Amino acid sequence: MAFLTALVEGVLLGGYYAMLACGLSFMFGVMRIINLAHGSLAIVAAFALWTIADRYEYDPFLALIVVLPVMGGLGWLLQRGILERSARSGELIPILSTFGLAIVVENVLFECFGADIRSLAPYVGSLAYDSFDLGGGSYIGELAVLTFAVAILLLGGLQLFLTYTPLGRQIRATAEDPDTVELVGVNSRFVNAMAASIALVTVGLAGLFLALRSNFDPYAGSLQLIFAFEAGVIGGTGSLWGTLAGGIILGLAQTLGAHIHPQGFLLAGHAVFLLVLVGRLYISRHALRGFLKARLGW
Amino acid sequence: MSLLSITALDIRHGLLQAVREVSFQVEQGETVALIGANGAGKTTLLRGIAGSHRPWRGQIRLDGTDITKMPTYQRVAMGIALVPEGRRLFAAMTVEENLLIARASGRKGDWTVDRVMETFPMLKPRRHARCGTLSGGEQQATAIGRALMTNPRLLLLDEVSLGLSPLAVNLVYKSVEALISSGATIVLVEQDLNRALKVANRVMCMLEGKIVVEGNAGTLTREQITDAYFGHQKRARVE
Repeated sequence: MAFLTALVEGVLLGGYYAMLACGLSFMFGVMRIINLAHGSLAIVAAFALWTIADRYEYDPFLALIVVLPVMGGLGWLLQRGILERSARSGELIPILSTFGLAIVVENVLFECFGADIRSLAPYVGSLAYDSFDLGGGSYIGELAVLTFAVAILLLGGLQLFLTYTPLGRQIRATAEDPDTVELVGVNSRFVNAMAASIALVTVGLAGLFLALRSNFDPYAGSLQLIFAFEAGVIGGTGSLWGTLAGGIILGLAQTLGAHIHPQGFLLAGHAVFLLVLVGRLYISRHALRGFLKARLGW
Repeated sequence: MSLLSITALDIRHGLLQAVREVSFQVEQGETVALIGANGAGKTTLLRGIAGSHRPWRGQIRLDGTDITKMPTYQRVAMGIALVPEGRRLFAAMTVEENLLIARASGRKGDWTVDRVMETFPMLKPRRHARCGTLSGGEQQATAIGRALMTNPRLLLLDEVSLGLSPLAVNLVYKSVEALISSGATIVLVEQDLNRALKVANRVMCMLEGKIVVEGNAGTLTREQITDAYFGHQKRARVE
């Protein structure tokens, strides 16, 4: 029974990872940019929500009404101010600039909020520790279930948006061929800025659930980035349902790892990530050989 | 006033000057064929008019408005549509989605997905198929349909017969001729001289980035054009 509970917990945790990875994989899919500031930006959202909840005593869920549009605006600025400019100098430069941005964001947060560890859990009543009784002495956290449900809604909603709305179609077409899309009347700069905004709105949502389910401090972003990255890579970056699958696999690996040994949580997650990565390379070893030959002359 | 008016246009690929001091006009309702050897600058000229390649010098006017520095997507809203060489469809998207994308500029007109299906009946059964799975002829029809969905005043066709079977070329040109008879203004690049002479009112032959021969399709002889094509004569003008 304890094993079954661990399974369910793993799947639910996977929902959180999928939500976290959603923005990262969306940005990579559309703009071919790996945003290394992803985790730190989730922490920005967490601090914004915490400030509103702590200082003005608003419910963190209500505070989303303010924070999500602000995150969207940040996405617009990020694309226009940093990514678009750096992309002109080659594909490596945007990665480096988001790495720099992550460092700047972390230190600005440290300057403003100090090293104290915070959490949003005290601001949502008993939600953080309420649970559903599954019978037989097993319980499932209400927050985990809520997180999973929101993740499904978010990924499903994004998928529907991409499939059926004009802007969604434009985003997909821009991802496929940014030059040709201009020839059919699409403003690709606008579309990319909108895509970055949408990505950061999902980051804001991930920031809320991060702050509800655990503690955070100004430097907590990099671990979140690693989880998002692992979920994205396991599921195959650029596909939203793949991201959900990747999140669930990562969540399962971690929970089952912890079930076997207390130290197993992170270890099992990383191990599965590496296994998938090596498996991919093994499958595409011809591609790898070609790459080595072309780049290094081996 | 001419629909399209080009004055002393220079377009460069880095140091290479692909289009040199080209000037010409296209009137409303005209069909102009651009011919010339590979590398003569035809594709670059069309891309320059559409906006995907910024000119280095010169001026492009559409209906009197200077559009030389206008971004590509705004030119689409003004009524210029290019069917690019190699079709460049969004392969992961369906035929219908490819057509609907072209509604982005919001330009008013009477082209709808259904009308494109009527113009290219071969697309009807493939409406919800991914473009990557289409045959060459179907892809070309979709590419032309996608350009038409922007309700253009000026349609630029770049080698629509490239890589198609002779049967598919006939089908595509049947639709192009139907467009021409409906009064569309078209500039097309075509390697097949007979076909170019058949559909166009006017022919322009390019050599090394310049227009070396220009004249009515009816009055120019094949010899005059082939001479210009291979550069046997420099700067002949036939009216």
